[in-house]
Amino acid sequence: MYTETEIIKDTTNLGPEGELVINMGPQHPATHGVLHLVVTLNGETIKKIEPHLGYIHRSIEKMCESLTYRQFIYVTSRMDYLSSHINNTACALLIEKGMQIEVPERAKVVRTILNELTRIASHELWIGAMAMDLGAFTPFFYAFREREMITDIMEDTCGARLTMNYIVPGGLMYDIHPEFQTKVKAFVKQFKEKVTEYEDLVTGNVIFQSRTKGVGVLTAEDAISYGCTGPVARASGVSCDMRKIAPYDAYDRVEFDEVIETAGDSFARYIVRVKEMNQSIRIIEQLIDAIPEGDFVGKTKNVLKLNKGEYYQRVETARGELGVYIVSEGATTPYRIKFRSPGFSNLSVLDHIAKGSKIGDLMATMGTLDLVIPDIDR
Amino acid sequence: MTNETIKEYITAHAPEATYDETGEWLNIIVASNQLKSLATALRGQPMQMDFLFCLTCVDFKTHLSMVYHLTSSKNRTINLVIKANLDRTQPIIETVSDIWRTAEFHEREVFEMFGVQFENHPDLRKLILEEENPAGFDKGKGYWPLRKDFEDPINMIKL
Repeated sequence: MYTETEIIKDTTNLGPEGELVINMGPQHPATHGVLHLVVTLNGETIKKIEPHLGYIHRSIEKMCESLTYRQFIYVTSRMDYLSSHINNTACALLIEKGMQIEVPERAKVVRTILNELTRIASHELWIGAMAMDLGAFTPFFYAFREREMITDIMEDTCGARLTMNYIVPGGLMYDIHPEFQTKVKAFVKQFKEKVTEYEDLVTGNVIFQSRTKGVGVLTAEDAISYGCTGPVARASGVSCDMRKIAPYDAYDRVEFDEVIETAGDSFARYIVRVKEMNQSIRIIEQLIDAIPEGDFVGKTKNVLKLNKGEYYQRVETARGELGVYIVSEGATTPYRIKFRSPGFSNLSVLDHIAKGSKIGDLMATMGTLDLVIPDIDR
Repeated sequence: MTNETIKEYITAHAPEATYDETGEWLNIIVASNQLKSLATALRGQPMQMDFLFCLTCVDFKTHLSMVYHLTSSKNRTINLVIKANLDRTQPIIETVSDIWRTAEFHEREVFEMFGVQFENHPDLRKLILEEENPAGFDKGKGYWPLRKDFEDPINMIKL
């Protein structure tokens, strides 16, 4: 059905003759942000890729050192803007763990539903944008039709459509919108009907398959060595879902499967994300009718202070494992804060997996890594 | 594997290592010249700590502290934190990027933000910041934004 793309394993023999250096970005439609790649080519074969970062570096880590524990959460929505609820959850969980704040059950369940809705919205945007990189324009509109329903739910819940801030230490900022449950159920119904359309349009497409199968192959050992997480590592057969390894919020009481593929190529990464959306729907279906009554926020002090020490919290964002590391000296602001962002590690593998393939395949490889540049630069 | 067996194994490879169990995970504090050999020992059998999920540095005003968070893909319940204290005026430590490839990018970030020199690093250059010093800083001199004594004469960084 498709012919395998030729991949030159050893690029050391390619001499300097015919070598060409191309600057991809910082303004390039396929990087979806300001990423600058300096690509060294020999003919059409990639010899080396060197990422130049920092075009959207806002020094969030330094900024957070002068913000209090209540304030800095809002900055994290601007890191991986497609997983903002999940980023906020990570910070809230860390403070709750450090201060032993009890979170009401209602808040835990709502947080989990919102996290899964965020994951679906992120994967929807990715599926549309990646298909567009590969030359198909229609999937973008199909994906955004469903994504629009989620953004509407988010707008009802917290007033914003993109950089959402709703999760605070101790629970939620406000109670949920009265129509939250009806709207989520309507979304679940529509998504289940329409998800087959993606499969018809993209998954079974011969052009799509021949452009992604066997392209950008990442082995399990390399995925671990390069610190890859999320769908990128799971497509290579590495089990790394933080929702399973260290369950937080309501993940310990829901049933879902960790999606693992073994091929490690761009097509496997695509399959993992499509299947993950279905698993997210499964989680939402189990929880949406079981939101407990009660408070939406636990009792907290007005001024939050973490005891002297070190704290680390990991969550699973749409891109992989987000780690928040805080060193506290007992003050109202963190002494040092480090965000271990999934995109940063996933980007570092790009040179390794794209080396030897053709420049045209770089779009597929980069697209399926699902890079969000503000997440990498921070 | 309990903390005691891990400690026994580490003491065999780095006798001077000290431990701190007050936090969530076992912390191991080693001298900076012993870090590389300990890292190699942890990466191999039987520990197989093959997943370095966080590498960073903390400025404690009196000294810098490198922090390595390790886990094993075979057993994700084991999490270890290795720390190595560095001299603030001349911070030098050996790279671990040949053991864990992810360290290459993380060490470049630590290099530009804290000025830590990583020996034998394959490509130690600035990653996020621009190559040349911005206005207000001496040309050719290093400047390390995430250190505590960093002052920017042009852009406000403190509230």
